[in-house]
Amino acid sequence: MTKKKEVLLKIRDLKIQGYSDETWIDIIKGVDLTLHRGEVMGLIGESGAGKSTIGAACMGYARDGTRISEGSIEFDGMELTTASESERRALRGSRIAYVAQSAAASFNPAHKIIDQHTEAPLQYRLKKRLEAQEDAMDLYERLRLPNPQEIGFRYPHQVSGGQLQRAMTAMAMACRPDLIIFDEPTTALDVTTQIEVLAAIRDIVEQFNTAAIYITHDLAVVAQMADTIKVLLKGEEVEEASTKEMLDNPKEDYTKSLWAVRSFESPQRYRPKDGVPLISVRNVDAAYTGGEKVLDDVSFDIYEGMTVAVVGESGSGKSTTARVITGLLPPMKGEVLFKGKPFPASYRDRTKDQLRQCQMIYQMADTALNPKVRISEIIGRPAAFYSGLKGVALKNRVDELLDLIELEPSQYYNRYPPELSGGQKQRIGIARALAAEPTFIVCDEVTSALDQLVAEGILRLLDRLQNEMNLAYMFITHDLATVRSIADEVVVMQHGKVVEQGPKDEMFKPPHHPYTDLLLSSVPEMDPNWLTTLLEERGVDNVGDAASARIDPNDPKVTGANA
Amino acid sequence: MGDILGLVAKRLGLGLIILLVISVIIFFMVELLPGDIAQAVLGQGATPENLAALRKEMGLDQPAVVRYLGWLKGAVVFDFGNSIVTGASVSETIGERFANTLFLATYAAVIAVPVSIVLGVLVALLRNSIFDRVANVATLTSISSPEFFLGYILILYFAVNWGMFPAIASLRADMSFVDLLHRTFLPALTLVLVVTAHMMRMTRAAIINLLASPYIEMARLKGTPPWKVIVRHALPNAWAPIINVVALNLAYLITGVVLVEVVFVYPGIGQALVDAVSKRDFPVVQACCLIFAATFILLNLAADVGAILTNPRLRHPK
Repeated sequence: MTKKKEVLLKIRDLKIQGYSDETWIDIIKGVDLTLHRGEVMGLIGESGAGKSTIGAACMGYARDGTRISEGSIEFDGMELTTASESERRALRGSRIAYVAQSAAASFNPAHKIIDQHTEAPLQYRLKKRLEAQEDAMDLYERLRLPNPQEIGFRYPHQVSGGQLQRAMTAMAMACRPDLIIFDEPTTALDVTTQIEVLAAIRDIVEQFNTAAIYITHDLAVVAQMADTIKVLLKGEEVEEASTKEMLDNPKEDYTKSLWAVRSFESPQRYRPKDGVPLISVRNVDAAYTGGEKVLDDVSFDIYEGMTVAVVGESGSGKSTTARVITGLLPPMKGEVLFKGKPFPASYRDRTKDQLRQCQMIYQMADTALNPKVRISEIIGRPAAFYSGLKGVALKNRVDELLDLIELEPSQYYNRYPPELSGGQKQRIGIARALAAEPTFIVCDEVTSALDQLVAEGILRLLDRLQNEMNLAYMFITHDLATVRSIADEVVVMQHGKVVEQGPKDEMFKPPHHPYTDLLLSSVPEMDPNWLTTLLEERGVDNVGDAASARIDPNDPKVTGANA
Repeated sequence: MGDILGLVAKRLGLGLIILLVISVIIFFMVELLPGDIAQAVLGQGATPENLAALRKEMGLDQPAVVRYLGWLKGAVVFDFGNSIVTGASVSETIGERFANTLFLATYAAVIAVPVSIVLGVLVALLRNSIFDRVANVATLTSISSPEFFLGYILILYFAVNWGMFPAIASLRADMSFVDLLHRTFLPALTLVLVVTAHMMRMTRAAIINLLASPYIEMARLKGTPPWKVIVRHALPNAWAPIINVVALNLAYLITGVVLVEVVFVYPGIGQALVDAVSKRDFPVVQACCLIFAATFILLNLAADVGAILTNPRLRHPK
């Protein structure tokens, strides 16, 4: 964009306060931002950096429990901080639009998609209903949604996540705004779906020369989308530069540390030549009550002291497999062996010793820990239950476990989960699993809700514990960077089937099952030209769902994979 | 839609089973009451021969199970036997009473339900304002006052001081509909005051509960005006809890109105039940209890169906 640059949005010394513990505290501590027409700015930072708060402030909007306390927000010559609420509201949806993180949660379940789409144009009397609907269909087509004439007349729950996210982008375009705020629009999506949404967003923003603020914590994603990048930390700006310069030559240490995050890699272990696998999943079929089959002939082995990463998109059956192994969901067919001997299908039939062998760590530490129970009891309960510890012995054991997860026992013993940070909560989850003295732990997306730096700490901890205690992990994830850092073996699942499995080093080298290929090539890379190159190579209509649909089930590589 | 019909059929079947269980409980609980029906009918001076003859006539010499089955067989076709006291058919006696109660309940509901939902939406929209607080305090006051007290207050002002409505809601067969509405206005208003608070507060809570949803924020960020955010985006998703509370209150309007009927001398089923209990008129007691149970079950069924019908995920399966 070398045209004459007209400033669209100018933020100066913005301070926003949040209400907590009965006082107002600064959460945005004086941020400046200048955005020109047609420009895309990436806002990146970890959780708590204030990205979304700034995004909402660009619309003159303060979320419940926050207030804009100081500074100026000037949108196309209009000062938003002093404007009346109805003046500000008149901008929203018409000149500044918003695309939320989870389209599934942000579309109203009670109304058809197209009725929500046409709400703003009708509200602002820009179009008649039929015109607005036709325009919606046109936008759906531009965003390459399937059946653009028809898809809008469905309810949100009848449409897939990736399609909904594109429908939401279309909705943001309904009044042809000057500025769109994208608030983590692809974070909740699978990698293959993410590509099609990224491609669609970038394309439509270019078509209409719309300015955008693109909020994300994923550096590789922002590198594809933004002209300039602003890095935030705890409500303050760290630095801002053009995308290329920011990637090639970050100035601040914090930025460099963000760039360097993906460095951890645990040395790969190999299976013992002869030996019985610790856990062996044999030809398992499973379904939820009354539902369709979600697992279809799933088989794989996990050896003592090794990490098997199970990867695949949402709905591929990863978590269901974990539920079968732990006995929460008895399979319809097939069995689970523990050290070569059959494990009772239901946890109810397992002995205490069998139960202790298999523990779980959950994705959302927030919901997996009871907020009203002290840390000492959360960790102490399994220790008492499985090992019969009492009194001083139990307290010593809890202290020992807290030491293991690198939290100072005296400080954390009597605290409650809500007082801890996300990473600390996840550590408590790990300690709780360890308290049972297991040989095998299912880690279900344990790092996906965490910031990258914190996630890396958790991965290192898990790796260290594995070495010390010879633990086996089943690591469920959709993040291939995590697989690279911690896995010894990889199992790729799609639609409830294992499509490919093998040692990690082989899995990251071609040739692959086409689905594995698709998965691997869909992971965004730091190179700002990655998306462009990929789209040129594959063609715009051959990404995401379209590409997975195109995998030929009779391809020799496909049929050969399970043999 | 097939799924929904199936669901309704399932719920209806379940309701029938519950009703059957309740019929067993009602019948045998009445059995367990102390005292002898024949003795009660004939009084203290009855000879043993007379008592035995009456027992035989009333079928009291049969085993309880046989009597239950006979009673159930009748109840299925709304034949609850004859009153012990008057000898008249129970269905006829309480049929008319029940119709009166239904009329009063409908009258109150037609006013109370729309009023409380509209008020609920308004207080949700103007939450934490003076209007919200006044509405809350007023409805809470009315729900916390005993209903007979409310009734007498209304009588004092509307009937005695201002003479706008009659204090006694006795009915005559030849009254016109308008007359009827006028005559029963005060008891209906008392009931409205009693049930409004609950429904209004639930509407408010159900809506406010949804205001933190991402789709509400999305609506705000699309520039939707506040009233439309509530009416168009929150309310359609809040129906399920609201419908449930409405159903509970409707059931109360039918089964819980004894005091109001007494205050206004209204010939409803509640009064009939109280009379029957004091006179040990067991066939009437049993019939009333069964009708009340059926009312509860039907209204709850209606609430379930209503909640399903307002859920787009169930109405429009994938």
